[in-house]
Amino acid sequence: MELTLWTYEGPPHVGAMRIATAMEGVHFVLHAPQGDTYADLLFTMIERLQKRPPVTYTTFQARDLGADTAALFQDAARDAFHRFQPQLLMVGASCTAELIQDDPGGLARALDLPVPVVALELPSYQKKENWGAAETFYRLVRATAQPRPAPRPAGTPPSCNVLGPTALGFRHRDDVREITALLERMGIAVNVTAPLGATPADLARLGAADFNVLLYPEIAGTAAAWLGRTFGQKATKTVPIGVAATRDFVAEVAALAGVDPAPVLSAETSRLSWYSRSVDSNYLTGKRVFVFGDATHAVAAARVASGELGFTVVGIGTYSREFARDVREAAKLYEVEALITEDYLAVEAAVAAAQPDLVLGTQMERHIAKRLGIPCAVISAPVHVQDYPARYSPQMGFEGANVLFDTWVHPLMMGLEEHLVSMFRDDFEFHAEAAPSHLGPVVQPPSDAAPVAETVGRARWAAEAEAELGRIPFFVRGKARRNTERFAEERGVSLISLETLYDAKAHFGR
Amino acid sequence: MSSLANLSATQAAVGCDEFPLIRERGQREVFCGLTGIIWLHRKIQDAFFLVVGSRTCAHLLQSAAGVMIFAEPRFATAIIGERDLAGLADCNDELDRVVSRLLERRPDIRLLFLVGSCPSEVIKLDLSRAASRLSQRFAPGVRVLSYSGSGIETTFTQGEDACLASLVPTLPEETADAAPALLIAGAIAEVVEDQFRRIFDALGVGPVHFLPPRRSTAMPPVGRNTRYALAQPYLADTARALEARGATRIAAPFPLGAEGTTLWLRAIADAWNVDAARFRSVTDLAGERARRALGRQRTLLAGKRVFFFPDSQLEIPLARFLSRELGMELGEVGTPYLHRQHLAEELALLPPGTQLSEGQHVERQLDRCRAMRPDVTVCGLGLANPLEADGLTTKWSIELLFTPIQGYEQAADLAELFARPLVRRLRLEA
Repeated sequence: MELTLWTYEGPPHVGAMRIATAMEGVHFVLHAPQGDTYADLLFTMIERLQKRPPVTYTTFQARDLGADTAALFQDAARDAFHRFQPQLLMVGASCTAELIQDDPGGLARALDLPVPVVALELPSYQKKENWGAAETFYRLVRATAQPRPAPRPAGTPPSCNVLGPTALGFRHRDDVREITALLERMGIAVNVTAPLGATPADLARLGAADFNVLLYPEIAGTAAAWLGRTFGQKATKTVPIGVAATRDFVAEVAALAGVDPAPVLSAETSRLSWYSRSVDSNYLTGKRVFVFGDATHAVAAARVASGELGFTVVGIGTYSREFARDVREAAKLYEVEALITEDYLAVEAAVAAAQPDLVLGTQMERHIAKRLGIPCAVISAPVHVQDYPARYSPQMGFEGANVLFDTWVHPLMMGLEEHLVSMFRDDFEFHAEAAPSHLGPVVQPPSDAAPVAETVGRARWAAEAEAELGRIPFFVRGKARRNTERFAEERGVSLISLETLYDAKAHFGR
Repeated sequence: MSSLANLSATQAAVGCDEFPLIRERGQREVFCGLTGIIWLHRKIQDAFFLVVGSRTCAHLLQSAAGVMIFAEPRFATAIIGERDLAGLADCNDELDRVVSRLLERRPDIRLLFLVGSCPSEVIKLDLSRAASRLSQRFAPGVRVLSYSGSGIETTFTQGEDACLASLVPTLPEETADAAPALLIAGAIAEVVEDQFRRIFDALGVGPVHFLPPRRSTAMPPVGRNTRYALAQPYLADTARALEARGATRIAAPFPLGAEGTTLWLRAIADAWNVDAARFRSVTDLAGERARRALGRQRTLLAGKRVFFFPDSQLEIPLARFLSRELGMELGEVGTPYLHRQHLAEELALLPPGTQLSEGQHVERQLDRCRAMRPDVTVCGLGLANPLEADGLTTKWSIELLFTPIQGYEQAADLAELFARPLVRRLRLEA
């Protein structure tokens, strides 16, 4: 048993629903108790989809358990087939139905429906949402994809599949548009984009592409690997988040497609590169950033933060255990220990201990950052209604890099403002507790000591030094306190005076 | 007013056979009883709700809560894992470990509910035994109780019923010679509690207790001299448990709308032999104010047709309010469960011939709803946006649980919840 307050991922059947809901022409019959229909609202409320997810739940109750839940499942599957007329029927069980072992696959096949039935094994007590999405997409691809009928005729453009975008994904809708346009400009045709917008008939054509663009490895990695083994299709390894990664991606795609990357690489860039070099961005130098998300977005965000915005990565982590190795590798680049956990409280403790200037995380970290009074931008699922902006707002490609610049820099104190706050510390408007003026009033952290807790054996603060510490702007105060205490401790100073404070400042000064 | 109350009592005896009733079985698009934790944990401020369930349960709670307002909420899920199911770990040992860790973290907790879920019910994990074991271990600081909020046993608001019913056997015993006391059962907003308390004081009705109380250390006493009134229509098990402790129910419609509130208060006042003049002097002003405020909404809502998908069991009292006080026409009134005894006074006030439905086959019900094209459709969060996209105006039913709607001062607020989506649609140009 595992004690959980908030979860980063839902159960695996929610992952399966994300695939079904992304696609056209499929229907998913889920053996599940009454109440599991809550999952519909993820799609209709958070993503504001106008259609119900194509999911029929058996919604069995206690009285059905003594009777025939298998017949209930078969009735539901038969009715759903006749009502929705899908090209393909997916069947599976949620956590409770898994325990009653009704075998939805066998039951559905016994109905002898005139369409393919894909039975999903979704072990709810071992696996989670992203795994469920990956497994479902893989099963669908395996059940439908056909090899390329004939080699690509000479003179036709190279083609690829774009794999991974789902319903309830973080900016998937806009990433697909951005990357599809980029591929077009490179002279590469998109054969099939899946699962988002694809029908089972589209999946059948996957084999006709020359290679695969793997946008979201957490979701399409398994399917892409199978396509590689079965049809010899190579898949991209670079996820095009940030300017540098997008350029790498262009080069990688060009090599796979046999086209020249130079026209696109010389013609295109992002405003991020220039904005980051403009003098106004000097104040971004060395801002301490803590990164947490799914593995792909966390690794990509750390690269952009460090290499394209000049931040210092002080923490990186993921809830995607399946991809922990990638994040550990990335962490080495920044000389930090990767945090691999699904425990929201462990993430909160790590953020509090690192005292970053900016958190790049999920909706969960947004709450953590709000509580600790630290600016935050969201870079990864799990998502919230705010992560479906009305405007075009990709994370990937050159335009995606522009979006990253805006959304990550915006929560920070602006350049000159930061200086003014330091200069006029006791000014009644520019006082140390003031939040960035463009963000309106925000809740301040309970205290700068935060939940790091009082460590036994730490030096005491003289009143005068404590008062001076209070004049340091709140967004660096935590760091100043921590550094000064460390400085005092290392030198065996038991009472921190004004002198100790400024000695420490000189010692640690950037 | 008392004549109205008497009228309702006689009509109730007629029963509800005069209503056409659709009984259906199929997909039920409803929340499970765990959802009640979202409001119950705010209501009982030193209680913690530990769901013993799966990742789905945890995901439901955080999705239904909508936003994570509290960094460390007073609810959590002990997620059953593969090791527990395979018998590699003893579920009871695991539960003890989780509870110990939890209570160490949260020394402010005085009452812990172990909440059963679909998986815990199916594997037959005995949470009541676990609760009494843990209660002994953590007494006297913390009491541990258990109830089931599982979807296989409870629909949405029935979770609150199960929770309150689990509290009843633990309530202190009222002494045999105690003066008659009033117990109001059902979670209502504190502002409404305070309003009712002032009215009861003015009527000379009391002492008055509320279940659930705001703090677990202030549990209301119960005994043979307890008269209880339901503030919510979904408390079948709680009522049964209170009666087992000797309490008697004051039958009444529910305090929704000015009329509903008057009839509810009147039934309680009658039990205390409050004379008509005093009752009027206490309630007339607020009743008149409520009717005035409702008048404005009535111009908007009168003649409009409303369709209820089954959800909270509040549907029948709401339909009665919308039809009698706002002049709305009732399309279909769906309820997950029709408790004929507790709703007798409500049904007596419902326009004859009102189409009721019990249970659900969501696809067929959607067909009926789309065919009828009602002006307002009351439904859950999973259906609202798809229906709006079809051009229907909807009211999310969960708001009816999260908003103070009972009593005189809230009558117009309740009407406004139904008017707002219509007003919005009129305002929007493109």
